[in-house]
Amino acid sequence: MIIGTTFVLAIRSIRRHMLRSFLTTLGIIIGVAAVVTMVTLGNATTAAVQEQISALGTNVLQIRPGQGFGRGGGGPRPPEFDAQDIEALQRQVTGVRAVAPQAQASAIAIYDGANWTTTINGTTNAYFEVQPWQLTAGRTFSPEEEAAGKSVCIIGSTVQQNLFRGGNAVGERIRLGQISCDVIGTLATKGQAGFGGDQDDTVIMPIKTVQRRFTGSQDIRLILVGVDQAYDTQVVQESISDLLRDRRNIEPGEDDNFNIFDTRQISDTLTGTTNLLTSIVATVAGISLIVGGIGIMNIMLVSVTERTREIGIRLAIGAVAREVLLQFLVEAIVLSCLGGLIGLLVAQLAVAALVPVMDVKWIFVPEINVAAFAISAIIGVVFGYFPARRAAALNPIDALRHE
Amino acid sequence: MADPAPIISLRGVTKTYGEGPTAFQALKGVDLDIAGGDFVAVMGPSGSGKSTTMNILGCLDVPTDGTFLFRGHHVEALDRDQRALLRRRYLGFVFQGFNLLSRTSALENVELPLLYRGEDKKTRADMGMAALDKVGLAEWWDHTPAELSGGQQQRVAIARAIVTNPDVLLADEPTGNLDSERSVEIMELLTDLNRRSGITVLMVTHEPDMAAFARTVVHFKDGLVERIDARHRAGEAVA
Ligand SMILES: Nc1ncnc2c1ncn2[C@@H]1O[C@H](COP(=O)(O)OP(=O)(O)O)[C@@H](O)[C@H]1O
Ligand SMILES: [Mg+2]
Repeated sequence: MIIGTTFVLAIRSIRRHMLRSFLTTLGIIIGVAAVVTMVTLGNATTAAVQEQISALGTNVLQIRPGQGFGRGGGGPRPPEFDAQDIEALQRQVTGVRAVAPQAQASAIAIYDGANWTTTINGTTNAYFEVQPWQLTAGRTFSPEEEAAGKSVCIIGSTVQQNLFRGGNAVGERIRLGQISCDVIGTLATKGQAGFGGDQDDTVIMPIKTVQRRFTGSQDIRLILVGVDQAYDTQVVQESISDLLRDRRNIEPGEDDNFNIFDTRQISDTLTGTTNLLTSIVATVAGISLIVGGIGIMNIMLVSVTERTREIGIRLAIGAVAREVLLQFLVEAIVLSCLGGLIGLLVAQLAVAALVPVMDVKWIFVPEINVAAFAISAIIGVVFGYFPARRAAALNPIDALRHE
Repeated sequence: MADPAPIISLRGVTKTYGEGPTAFQALKGVDLDIAGGDFVAVMGPSGSGKSTTMNILGCLDVPTDGTFLFRGHHVEALDRDQRALLRRRYLGFVFQGFNLLSRTSALENVELPLLYRGEDKKTRADMGMAALDKVGLAEWWDHTPAELSGGQQQRVAIARAIVTNPDVLLADEPTGNLDSERSVEIMELLTDLNRRSGITVLMVTHEPDMAAFARTVVHFKDGLVERIDARHRAGEAVA
């Protein structure tokens, strides 16, 4: 018998027993939907974490005074960094692309009646090398402006939006707290930063200006080091550590009184964690897919018993065993493939519903969709085969007599 | 007028069910010739081996011993699939319990044997409708068995049996589940098919009224053919 006929028979039989068919496929639908949803959301979460980390800059080391997260409670306050530290880092460490000091303050920016509270970042032009910033208009600082601590600034897009309604800002003069300041450049939008901050809500000024007019000290609270792509961040980090220990007179065996935060390392750790979680959840979902397959086998077996007379009729009118086997097999495969397709559909709906809740971006992962569907088809073949063989082996006389 | 070489020929056919001490010999050496185009009624007490014989003749089962020639060919040694192909090609079945597929329209039931023959959709529909027309149910083609009376269901079953133009129609107590009025209708239909299409009809029945429609009556007793009555059909004189 041609395969097309088998298909006709299988589809007819599925259509005639809608409820039974639906219940048979339910396991597959749930299994496929669960696997695809979990993996897609897991991927989206990983991507979101990676994006947040990379917003901090790739191959960037952040150096702060103190022992870092959750360590070194009491004791004297560790010394801040100063301009000589920056010089030393730039000169004495190989593999350093750029070193940008940072001194921060908060101030209200005012322009033509509009006001906006923002963060002022005092730094040098190196800041734009360390991190991937783009100017939409204007220029960076001139050497004189940096050296003299001139009252000039480059504003982020959020500030531009709030003070200038997005219009041209270069050449205008704004008030920043007690001082007035010339806008010499505007920055392109970078978007949400990692861990909740808006990176575009910033005003960048020469560090001297900020130290003199806002913080009132020479202290540097944060150093950003851009590491050359060709160098191992780990090695550069160790050289920096050695240099700083030396400069800060830390005895061997004593703890650092500064901390170096490697964004890449954090990124790898977090990505590893989310990947692990994704695979655990996907495995659980995969098990449910197998359970779904066993469900198919179970219901197909019941259906063989239930349909014994039908099989008897088919055999009596001249179906050979192979044809009965094929019909049951095709039924199982069609059911599981149908279940697979519905499962994929449900998964897309579930992902669409969950993506906004989880605040991640939907990334379609073709591999998992294809794999989940392929598995559902294979389940159809494997778990459909045994009931089908049993149906085909029936004796027509016994089958016909069956009530 | 009958075919000189019988279409079916049994010689010394025995059938034993089970093995060892519980073995039971249902047929004890049946010799039987059936001429092509005959209308044969098989009668006999319950348990005398009528159904067993029909199952063997219908190639649903094999004899334990003896020979079975169908159109001059030995079929007693054929395997399962070969017998299935023989049924598909030459035989049609009508059962006491109708045995139609439920939730399936009359036409789809009738088309089923054509599906296994690999006929295309159009041919199936044409031949299926022609067969339904022969049993007078063309208008009921889209009704499921649940929507048909017993007599109508049996006529659909007959349409299914004849849709492939078989040589032999085997009917084991086809009127066993019907009242006498419906039974007569079925008999008239079988008679008509036998006469017009030349189909050899083999029918098991308990009722002499039904056997009266046949040309030949074979009496079974205790697993053996007891007596064969050959006669003209009752209907022939009227027609
Ligand atoms: N599958 C079977 N297994 C064992 N015994 C059987 C089987 N089929 C029929 N028999 C026995 O064989 C004898 C003949 O049965 P059967 O041919 O069905 O008689 P009937 O003439 O009533 O149709 C009966 O005694 C019956 O019990
Ligand atoms: Mg019987």
